[in-house]
Amino acid sequence: MLEKLLTGQKRYYAWLLFLLVVIAVCGIAYLQQLQEGLSITGMSRDVSWGLYISQFTYLVGVAASAVMLVLPAYFHHYVKFKRMIIFGEFMAISAVVMCALFIVVDLGQPQRMLNVMLHPTPNSVMFYDMIVLVGYLCLNAIIGWVTLEAERHNVMPPKWIKPLIYLSILWAFSIHTVTAFLYAGIPGRHYWLTAIMAARFLSSAFCSGPAILLLLVFIVRRLTGFNPGKEAIKTLTTIITYAMCINVFFYLLEVFTAFYSGIPGHQHPLVFLFAGHEGHVSWVTSWMWAAVVMAAASLIILIPPTWRTGPLLPLALVMLVAASWIDKGLGLLIGGFTPNMFETITEYMPTGREIMVAIGVYAVGALVLSLLWKIALGVKKEVGNFSD
Amino acid sequence: MNNSRRSFLKVAGLSVFALSSGVAGLANAAQVAPGRYERGANALHAKRWAMVIDTRAFKSAEEYKPIIEACHSFHNVPKIPGKQEVKWMWLDNYDHAFPDDLSEHQKPSLLQAQFPLLCNHCTNPPCVRVCPTQATYKMEDGIVAMDYHRCIGCRFCMAGCPYGARSFNFVDPRKYLSDPVPNPTFPTRMIGVVEKCTFCAERLAVGKMPACVEASGGRILFGDLDDPSSSVRKALADNFSIRRKPNLGTQPGVYYLI
Repeated sequence: MLEKLLTGQKRYYAWLLFLLVVIAVCGIAYLQQLQEGLSITGMSRDVSWGLYISQFTYLVGVAASAVMLVLPAYFHHYVKFKRMIIFGEFMAISAVVMCALFIVVDLGQPQRMLNVMLHPTPNSVMFYDMIVLVGYLCLNAIIGWVTLEAERHNVMPPKWIKPLIYLSILWAFSIHTVTAFLYAGIPGRHYWLTAIMAARFLSSAFCSGPAILLLLVFIVRRLTGFNPGKEAIKTLTTIITYAMCINVFFYLLEVFTAFYSGIPGHQHPLVFLFAGHEGHVSWVTSWMWAAVVMAAASLIILIPPTWRTGPLLPLALVMLVAASWIDKGLGLLIGGFTPNMFETITEYMPTGREIMVAIGVYAVGALVLSLLWKIALGVKKEVGNFSD
Repeated sequence: MNNSRRSFLKVAGLSVFALSSGVAGLANAAQVAPGRYERGANALHAKRWAMVIDTRAFKSAEEYKPIIEACHSFHNVPKIPGKQEVKWMWLDNYDHAFPDDLSEHQKPSLLQAQFPLLCNHCTNPPCVRVCPTQATYKMEDGIVAMDYHRCIGCRFCMAGCPYGARSFNFVDPRKYLSDPVPNPTFPTRMIGVVEKCTFCAERLAVGKMPACVEASGGRILFGDLDDPSSSVRKALADNFSIRRKPNLGTQPGVYYLI
């Protein structure tokens, strides 16, 4: 199937070239980081994780979200998802690749990263995170490739793939649960020490991940004419809407517990994020309110069925992705570290070079995604499973 | 033919698995074996090292300065300006050191005082729990120690520590040290690893008290918490003491007499 990569329009090659240039330019920033250490980032003694780890967290959710296609298709035999499933699985692969890269660029001594395997430490959640991410990558690579190959030859996929698919469904839940445990098991970080963290992670993943998938599919539909089917889009949009409602609901539960209990430690991060701390208003406050407005606006468009299927859908999805990204890709880390362990404020803002490194990782992910989707689209076209 | 090849592969696969798990078992056994390194004949021993700081004996923040200096120069801790600093022992006020205690009407001398902060060498250290490589580990005498050569710089321990006791080498620390370094007998650290107070495990191993204890002139006590006749146990029995964030269940090994 790899030969599908070698034929394409000029536009396809120009896109790949563009991504390679972005990776090369951002790679220079990473080389500088290797030389000068993480001092080139905005992180500090008090805010010791930043943009890299938050992107890792967000992308684990994107990876896990493939299950929102796989589960209805295989547990409920919802056949209308079958045409689109491979795109979810391949997006999961690209997301896990980005997760791994975000961990690597965050390490102070990346050449020692295999110490995690050389000295396996079952009491560390990071040990399990490594296992579940590597496992999920392998599962999706095997399942995606084998099912696509079968589709190409117009045969049923081999029987042994079924157990792997069922396993991948459970596995998807595990990757984001374990990622939530990285945070939810830490004493003394009030914003993270909450039993509902894993549930929040999953709900935000199951709305934002499929939303990103749908937006990308819309772009591909415009560029290539591939159509996953009206019904499939409609069903996935409904799933996104439910997941977003649950996501917002879960966040409001946190707000209730913090403020009704009146425990200062639980209130401080929320107050800091949305109103500032003792007169000190951070740049992140305007972002958090933007997230609130966009989350509400996306739900206003998504909840009424006529609007949900109308021309406003892409706008709603963009706002949903932006809102969930600000919540999980920005607020989660900043709120966890501010106020710091001394109940004082140490500001964090990513530096230009830090953002460049992050863009570079996203470009690698885009490259992986483009290549995998190119193969999938090629096969779909070849066998005539391209549009209605 | 095909059948025998398959059975051969089965046996071979099983053997490799058995061998590798045996090796892994041996490796694990080596890890938990006592006596990771030789202690000298003069080494000080304890079941659970602990520190008691008599803050009443310090009249001002200035009096802590030589003690902190003794620690930092003995361990070659660099003076890096800004938010990416490295510190093993430092001062902060009552509100920040003990944020759980919200009584606004303590005696003014307490509220205005500065308190020395350092790694608490917890009985249940979250940093050890989260470290993915065992670069941070607990020794049998209660000291939470670090292997700077194994640390991958993931900073999970910094997120885990509720006391802000850990520093990450964002920059090359050697650039901020004099040449020769203040103490050539203690190793400097490299860029990209986490470090913190060691309770002077290296000094205890040669029969010396920690650098801060030695510099305190008897105002910081250090001894075996499991020994009822030790100086620290006597001080704790006779005086009112507090620890930082006791409600988290970490069981800090640093006590403050106030």
